[in-house]
Amino acid sequence: MFAYIVRRLLFAVPILIGVNLITFALFFMVNTPDDMARAQLGAKQTTPEMIQSWKVDHGYDKPLFINTTEHSHGLLTDTLFMQESLKLFSFDFGQSDSGRQISADIYERMWPSLAIALPTFIIGLVTNIAIALLIVLFRGSTLDSITMGLAVAIMSISGLFYIIAGQVLFSKTWHWVPISGYAEGLEGIKFLILPVLIGVFSGIGAGIRWYRSIFLEEINKDYVRTARAKGLSEIKVLFGHVLQNGLLPILTGVVVVIPTLFMGSLIMESFFGIPGLGSYTIDAIQSQDFGIVKAMVFLGSVLYIVGLILTDISYTYFDPRVKLS
Amino acid sequence: MMLTFLWTDIMIWSLFALIILGIYQISKDAQKRIQWRNVFKSKTAMISAIILLFYFAIALMDSMHFKFESAENNTLNKELVSVLDMGLEHLILNAERTYSAPFALKEYSSSVIYNTTGNVQQVYLPLKNVAKHIDMQQSLVAYDVITQTGWAFLIALVIIIAIILIHGYFRLKKLAMSSARIKTESLPWSVAYITLFLLIFIGTWFYLLSFDYHVLGTNKVGEDVLYQSLKSIRTGVLIGGLTTVVMLPLALLLGISAGYFKGWIDDVIQYLYTTLNSIPGVLLIAAAVLVMQSIMSTHAEWFGSTQERADIRLLFLIFILGMTSWTGLCRLLRAETLKISQIEYVTAAKAFGLKPFTIIRKHILPNLVHLILIALVLDFSGLVLAEAVLSYVGVGVDPTMPSWGNMINQARLEMAREPMVWWSLLSAFIFMFILVLSANLFADRVQWVLNPRSEK
Repeated sequence: MFAYIVRRLLFAVPILIGVNLITFALFFMVNTPDDMARAQLGAKQTTPEMIQSWKVDHGYDKPLFINTTEHSHGLLTDTLFMQESLKLFSFDFGQSDSGRQISADIYERMWPSLAIALPTFIIGLVTNIAIALLIVLFRGSTLDSITMGLAVAIMSISGLFYIIAGQVLFSKTWHWVPISGYAEGLEGIKFLILPVLIGVFSGIGAGIRWYRSIFLEEINKDYVRTARAKGLSEIKVLFGHVLQNGLLPILTGVVVVIPTLFMGSLIMESFFGIPGLGSYTIDAIQSQDFGIVKAMVFLGSVLYIVGLILTDISYTYFDPRVKLS
Repeated sequence: MMLTFLWTDIMIWSLFALIILGIYQISKDAQKRIQWRNVFKSKTAMISAIILLFYFAIALMDSMHFKFESAENNTLNKELVSVLDMGLEHLILNAERTYSAPFALKEYSSSVIYNTTGNVQQVYLPLKNVAKHIDMQQSLVAYDVITQTGWAFLIALVIIIAIILIHGYFRLKKLAMSSARIKTESLPWSVAYITLFLLIFIGTWFYLLSFDYHVLGTNKVGEDVLYQSLKSIRTGVLIGGLTTVVMLPLALLLGISAGYFKGWIDDVIQYLYTTLNSIPGVLLIAAAVLVMQSIMSTHAEWFGSTQERADIRLLFLIFILGMTSWTGLCRLLRAETLKISQIEYVTAAKAFGLKPFTIIRKHILPNLVHLILIALVLDFSGLVLAEAVLSYVGVGVDPTMPSWGNMINQARLEMAREPMVWWSLLSAFIFMFILVLSANLFADRVQWVLNPRSEK
């Protein structure tokens, strides 16, 4: 088990290097060291010498990928790419344009993101599976077709609509919950209700369809027929057998998502004024703060890869047939 | 005046040509013809297809541009005018000063004016280009609208009867030629006629009324919302329809080679798409769009007009979206190729000494077509919805380009107004909803029919 995890982690390294390569290439096209120097030194009267000395001070005077002045050892390591990558790998994201430590900001803003994303995820998962099981129980009936029709309709409406309509109805017209904002602790719940509900509802259409198809695939298998033949009630068959066996395909889709919950939701957080990582990212994109965007790209990739590894590991718990080799 | 095609125009017409070519291919192959007939046997699929066609037709009309030597040469004061613009000229010319509600006769917000006695007064100014032929009375509007509705109904009825007659004539002729096929003719034409009638009726209704009213109101700078919504169709259809198509060659090439050749090629390609996949989609798109923006701002001389600039930006956006979305299809194609190349007939073909390229072309590619088609229609709706979100984040289409995302983004700021300015938002959402819903329903049916594993 331990050896397996170590091996998977080693597999992640080339992927992360690839991610770094892509972000490095993208961001050095828009934000060259010269631009960074000019931005840091201020716009007025920057001479080429000043830019050069800034670059030397901050270590940006090195070549991009291959350092031809160095021999053997420094050929690849003493370069800008290596330097930037090593910083990212040690989670040192440097400073944002406004001069704040990005790592500290991320740590601080992670919790509000999680406060929304985690309840949305859990409630969403439970409701989706529950409704899917229910309509599988009544498969082929009018209830089934009506629910599926509704699911397609819910899926076809832009997520922005749910947010705007929710804010107008529940906050502006009925004044049930505040329109936006965030507070820590129990006070914060009133701010979280609406975004969580909207998050759950907007995902319900695609969710039901997905879980229903998983359960329908299971329900035609032999073991289900055996269970029925020995006289189990349909409900026992569904909850005792179909749900358990359907867990495996559900895991594939679900576990991968869990680590990325930290990243928050861009749209939701910016509409509801929640100081999480999603609104952090969106602000950074809009103000073109490349340091932050780069950090978020790296963080997102790391979390995704962690999700992939977790998926593999969770398989071994739920499916004894899967061997970690 | 000269007919010009922008880059995206060329692409959307190529897509049109591709579709025609596809239909021609299908009509030659009896097996495929039965399959597609099966798709349209479903009433929802028929309705969705007609609505999609309607949207696509509007997008095509908006993709034929005429270039004027200078903006002063035409009434619209624009250098590039599409066929759709020409048909809806009155909608561009009847712009107001600011917000007005649907069918309103007065402006939405009051203005401060000095009246004849010199006192300051708050009044709702009448709209300039509304209900010119009747007296400015809100009570008469309902009467006028009902009369025009009657006309629209009559016109639509005449058109639909003509269509039914012409179509019926050809069907009868076809039936007379082969009496054996009578039993297979069971497409839900009546539903098709009703849908078509409703679409024509609504279209004529909007068209007739748009001469006298702002049917869907006006936005902040007084532009007609109906015109904005119609213009946005092209952007939506382009992004939804072309993103998958532009990346198709790459996904096919990499997916098939990974699945067929296996070994290190497979490893490299898998590494490539896992890496791309691990970067959060929105962030990758945002990063790429930021790069594009900075390149475009440093090379402003490459583009003639703002319209051409916006067009190039849309083109890039399509490629960027494609870049992030091809990985899913590539993985699917790889898995399917792996499976197919285990089957005996491929082994036999290999044993006969056929070249890999021939095997792929003759034995593997035809078995992947249904996957590609399903991916094309399934991705469509997601991409149309994604456009709105991307515009909100600020990395979508050019802010000057009409799109539902931009409409929502602009109208969103007016939510705090009391009473709310709702028409711009709602129009964008409804136009988008109808397109996405039809695409989803059609995609479901196509998937159900074409997927050999679906239960029938």
